[in-house]
Amino acid sequence: MPGTAVRLRAICSAATRDLPASGASVSVMASGGWCGLAAASDAASSAVEELQFTLGEGPCLDAFEGRGPILVADLARDGETRWPGYTAAALEQGVRAVFAFPLLVGSARLGALDVYRRYTGPLSAAAQAQAVSLAELVTATLLNGQENAAHHQGPSGLDDILDGRFEIHQAQGMVMVQLQVSLDEAMARIRAYAYARERDVGAVARDIVARRLTLDRDNQ
Amino acid sequence: MSTLSAERVAAVFVEAADTLIDEFDLIEFLHMVTTRASELVGSAAAGLLLVDAGGVLQFMAASDEQSQLLELFQVQAHEGPCQDCFRTGTPITVAELGAAADRWPRFAPRAVEAGFRSVHAFPMRLRREVIGALNLFGTLPAQIDPTDIPVVQALADVATIGVLQERAVRRGEAVSEQLQAALQSRIVIEQAKGAIAQVFGVSVDEAFTILRTYCRRNNLRLGAVALSVVTDPETLTKLRPGP
Repeated sequence: MPGTAVRLRAICSAATRDLPASGASVSVMASGGWCGLAAASDAASSAVEELQFTLGEGPCLDAFEGRGPILVADLARDGETRWPGYTAAALEQGVRAVFAFPLLVGSARLGALDVYRRYTGPLSAAAQAQAVSLAELVTATLLNGQENAAHHQGPSGLDDILDGRFEIHQAQGMVMVQLQVSLDEAMARIRAYAYARERDVGAVARDIVARRLTLDRDNQ
Repeated sequence: MSTLSAERVAAVFVEAADTLIDEFDLIEFLHMVTTRASELVGSAAAGLLLVDAGGVLQFMAASDEQSQLLELFQVQAHEGPCQDCFRTGTPITVAELGAAADRWPRFAPRAVEAGFRSVHAFPMRLRREVIGALNLFGTLPAQIDPTDIPVVQALADVATIGVLQERAVRRGEAVSEQLQAALQSRIVIEQAKGAIAQVFGVSVDEAFTILRTYCRRNNLRLGAVALSVVTDPETLTKLRPGP
């Protein structure tokens, strides 16, 4: 039986093909807004999803926080005031419309499914309904993965889906100690560094953990 | 001829469907089902029992909460029309409770004493699974109108769907909370690994070994120590690896 990560990628590809869209991605989030990319249909979508993580803002985070879909049919027109950093960066990567659907289970929430298009215009009602069904499928896949992991019937759900996504937190701990700041400030500094150099936060974190990079108080 | 008007039946099912999509409260929903069931067929009282994890029928809701009636539902954990209905998965109808003392020596006399003369029970069933029964009491000896039977059964089926949906959501919520908890504690452990690596100038893998060794030696939980590492700088100094 394929692992959770493989199945999530298949759902992202199905969303891209069926809605249709230029790409789709799934992020799993912990309350407090930490965002971790779990799967994407392709490298470009993965990079766009990563932007929200680097910048700490974007429709996926809002869909998760607000527990409802965020539908942005024209990112250039409607995104600027809401997510200034994200909008500029996503437009640069060719995204023109983005639709984010929260992964909900009753009162609990797991993350969001994001759908990207390279042209403007709303999702049709049928495509919205389909996206909601796909979000439910993502949720069911994550829950099954967690249940299997809890029964030791497969790789730990989290290691499987968030493989290599934990370096950002190791880097956060390192920067906290090194600069004598809070965890939140450490994350803010890593993000600021990544943003200023137009790098993604995951790559910056890997450099910090490997000690190829040391943040100092002035380099932001 | 049925005693029910089509409009009344339709109104009840619309109300049930509305309740299923709105903010859902299981007990409130079951109470609504019993009230409407009793109104629809003009029975004196209706109640609903669900089987618990131990296989015992438990009283869940009634159209009327007078104590004698509640007691009749309690008794049915052991014997009575609901118990028979639950075991066989088929409706049980008794037109004269005064003649049912042989069948249910504990239940029948109490029901008569409480003022009831007829009783009907409908299974709450999805395919082969029976999860409980809907119970109707009348104050006069009477058969249930045969054309009312499918309507009451449909109401019992709506209640069944409501109960099973609520259980599915609750199970999902529990697993989802597990996943969230695992995610949170994993994040804190990674942050602690980074902090330890930085303080002692070691790799994050070595930092994890230091953290785990400390936990084992002091019989402490990994998640708790990790949280302490990232929230209280004092903890870091205690972790220094021994010679």
